[in-house]
Amino acid sequence: MRTIDPDKLQVILATDCGSTTTKAILIERVEGVYRQTHRGEAPTTVEEPSADVTIGVVNAVSEVGELAGRRLIGDDGTILRPSRDGAGCDLYVSTSSAGGGLQMMVAGVVMQMTAESAKRAALGAGAIVMDVIAANDKRRPHERIRRIRELRPDMILISGGVDGGTTTHVVEIAELVASAKPRPRFGGQYRMPLIYAGNREARPMIEKALGERADLRIVENLRPVLERENLGPARDMIHDLFLEHVMAHAPGYDKLMRWADAPIMPTPGAVGSILETIARRAGLNAVGVDIGGATTDVFSVFDGVFNRTVSANLGMSYSIANVCAEATLPRILRWVHVPMEMRDLRNRVKNKMIRPTTIPQTIDALIFEQAVAREALRLAYQQHKEFATTLKGVQQQRTVGDTFRQKAGGQTIVDNMKLDLLVASGGVLSHAPRMHQTAAMLIDAFEPEGVTVLAKDSIFMMPHLGVLAQVHPAAAMAVFERDCLIYLGTCVAPRGTGKPGRACFSYRIESEGARREGRIAVGDLRLVALAAGERARIVVEPERGFDMGAGPGRRVEREVRGGTVGLVLDGRGRPLELPEDPAACRRLVAQWVDDLALYPAPAPA
Amino acid sequence: MAHAYTPGLKVSARASLRRHRVLPIPGEVLVAAGQRVGAREVVAQTFMAGEVTPLNLANLLSVPPGEVPECMLKREGETVRSGEPLARTKGVFGLFKSQYHSPAAGTIESISPVTGQVMLRGEPIPVRVLAYLAGQVVEVWPGEGCAIETEAAFVQGIFGVGGEAFGRLRIASQARDEPLGAGHIREDMADCIVVGGGRVGLDAIRAAQQRRVAALVAGGIDDLDLAAFLGYDLGVAITGSEQLGLTVIVTEGFGDIAMAERTFALLSAREGAEASVNGATQIRAGVIRPEIIVPLAGAAGEPAAGAGAPAAGILEIGAPVRIIGDPHFGLIGQVSALPADPQALESGSRARVLEVALRSGLRVVVPRANVELIEE
Repeated sequence: MRTIDPDKLQVILATDCGSTTTKAILIERVEGVYRQTHRGEAPTTVEEPSADVTIGVVNAVSEVGELAGRRLIGDDGTILRPSRDGAGCDLYVSTSSAGGGLQMMVAGVVMQMTAESAKRAALGAGAIVMDVIAANDKRRPHERIRRIRELRPDMILISGGVDGGTTTHVVEIAELVASAKPRPRFGGQYRMPLIYAGNREARPMIEKALGERADLRIVENLRPVLERENLGPARDMIHDLFLEHVMAHAPGYDKLMRWADAPIMPTPGAVGSILETIARRAGLNAVGVDIGGATTDVFSVFDGVFNRTVSANLGMSYSIANVCAEATLPRILRWVHVPMEMRDLRNRVKNKMIRPTTIPQTIDALIFEQAVAREALRLAYQQHKEFATTLKGVQQQRTVGDTFRQKAGGQTIVDNMKLDLLVASGGVLSHAPRMHQTAAMLIDAFEPEGVTVLAKDSIFMMPHLGVLAQVHPAAAMAVFERDCLIYLGTCVAPRGTGKPGRACFSYRIESEGARREGRIAVGDLRLVALAAGERARIVVEPERGFDMGAGPGRRVEREVRGGTVGLVLDGRGRPLELPEDPAACRRLVAQWVDDLALYPAPAPA
Repeated sequence: MAHAYTPGLKVSARASLRRHRVLPIPGEVLVAAGQRVGAREVVAQTFMAGEVTPLNLANLLSVPPGEVPECMLKREGETVRSGEPLARTKGVFGLFKSQYHSPAAGTIESISPVTGQVMLRGEPIPVRVLAYLAGQVVEVWPGEGCAIETEAAFVQGIFGVGGEAFGRLRIASQARDEPLGAGHIREDMADCIVVGGGRVGLDAIRAAQQRRVAALVAGGIDDLDLAAFLGYDLGVAITGSEQLGLTVIVTEGFGDIAMAERTFALLSAREGAEASVNGATQIRAGVIRPEIIVPLAGAAGEPAAGAGAPAAGILEIGAPVRIIGDPHFGLIGQVSALPADPQALESGSRARVLEVALRSGLRVVVPRANVELIEE
């Protein structure tokens, strides 16, 4: 890999090799400031007949080159470097989620403790966790062995026990894994990569059990004491093995790795990395969501703690039928304000599943798709909240028995009232015909409380910036702030519920030369214009029983940010409840659709 | 010209097909290159390592894990019968010994002095790979499997459930849009592959199960009927491993859809021939579509047509297409215009579109993403 001098970088090229599309962006230093200037895309070429990822990369980069009027591919078919005379680039970086991404199996001793920490480490590194094996996972040993045999992960992470604690259970897990003789996904050409990050006392026994059966790597315990997680070493080792084994066996990646000036990162790992960096730098609590065709990733940073979850079967095309099965059609139809026929909808959903590239042509189809998205996002966020908790089993423990009783008390660290920034990405959110629809989907699914800024990733640039941040954080930050996010506006919503029509809160908005004030009743939704780039001060006085973050009924004054949508004043209450009666629900949702001018009026009957 | 976003499904009267028949783990290949095989013939076999029964003898005998190796009556690598004594404690002064009898037959794989766990590996499980295609073995990979080639009429479906099945092709519907009901499934259709025209109903599926039909092929299916057949709501389109005793393949999609004319005509022309079908469907990462293969006797076919994965085709004026999105779902026509610039759809989105001249004479504008080429 070449040595890079960050100060001399003028032109940066970044690609993200997704499952279906390879996206390339060009970042240039314009008048001393880094800006994203051009983008291009091409189908990913990991699968047959091409079976070489670099073909898709060259195609996407060529498109960028054509748009930028800059030759980026050299005569030898590789990326031209360094930049000279209006051609080439100084740095090339890439992320990848092609070929199904990084698939892992994790194991620990106690499901809610070490196994959960191991899962957090794997997810944080950008993996899809296929299964979690634990001594208390309610499966019998032979069932666990069968499961390990069935799965063909890219790698396995085993943890268990605090340093100096009992070794028996973690060795037992290792013996189960050894007996299962797990086979890696890319065939029997190499031994299964396996990371041990458990009790250090057990290392010799783990080596004895697994040393000959797997490519064993030992790192520091990811839960050295119950009160602390140490996920860094395990995450780093996952990245190393990802490059060494997974990438090296995927078609064309050996070439791509040689081209790249920094290690290739798994796409979700890069997205998480940039969100974490931004939140820490700005002192924000942030949530990011990426809803794809097959999966939905949720990232959060609350009080500096990063979490990521992947909802493997919540998506808008390949997995749309699963969203309908999990959420149920009646719950999805709560968000639909026009009559639809159940049998027809079921068939429509399955037709989308088997032909995933189709797009909604009619308003009805769009309304239904966005209703499904609300439920997919709601379920994914719910799963995220359940996973992103304080460490379990660490409070006031006196005996081991007490510890186990308290482990259920791990509270979610996701607090919608503390949430400052909610970032959306993924087709159904990014490509909604009107940004108002994107804002409405986010608000309905995530139910932000207090004052929350809503934004979307303009062209799904976060993976590129995440990997760039490893080499040149300043350039990544500059582009993120100027070009990455499109601000939709701000949502103002108190926590609490009340009778529809009753007073909810009053507000006063002061911006340059303008003062607006009014009252919001329970059930109301109001859109106030505040353009992109504008800021205003808002004073909110909630009624008794409603909380804007300072306590029930207490006044709150905050700065709010405008955007392509504006300010959404939401008096519908939190938690957001919809009428059980379908007709009443449809009338109410139709009112909200009007309030936010979501769809062209009149909506079809 | 432009690339179709969705590759069309193959419907070919004669194609040269090659299928790889490979063991999941190394084993023995039973056929030689050049040999002709029948669809039901075993071409390779092996034995998978048996199920493992972990036995925590430290707990079972109430001894410390470190003492378990000394208590063992069998060593690593030795075999044990079900009910045979496996371990015995030393007892106190030779008295009060307790003994543990093996709950299953197998081989002792490991004895752990750390955990007191003994791994007992059961009898090897035989794995057999059938030829699937009636044809000729063209390549053999020793220890792994073989490739079989045949000339066949070939139809790809859009979705299926159930795995590989074989049987004589029987046409049950009179027309390509005639729904397949219980009345179409006759006693003499056992072990046959029964083809309907339009939507296959749940009553037909039940009747087919009862009469031991090998597979049903139809234009469409209602999702509610599929859920009733499977016993659950299908979430992700990865199928093929269902144990339903019946493979079901639909060629067009979900709902009341007639089978494409060409598909129905092709299958009708081959009535009575032996066919192989597979309902396995996978939409994500390496697409697998269900297939109906009717081997032809003799004559050479078009070189390699349909043998590989279908590539994205070219959309051009006059190309036959099927509309695969509402509000014109299932209709078939020809591309009559290909405007270059994106256009606004009723939904408000902007997308590249094309105009389709339907058979009714009507012309409709649809997003390019919502059509698929009808390929040959």
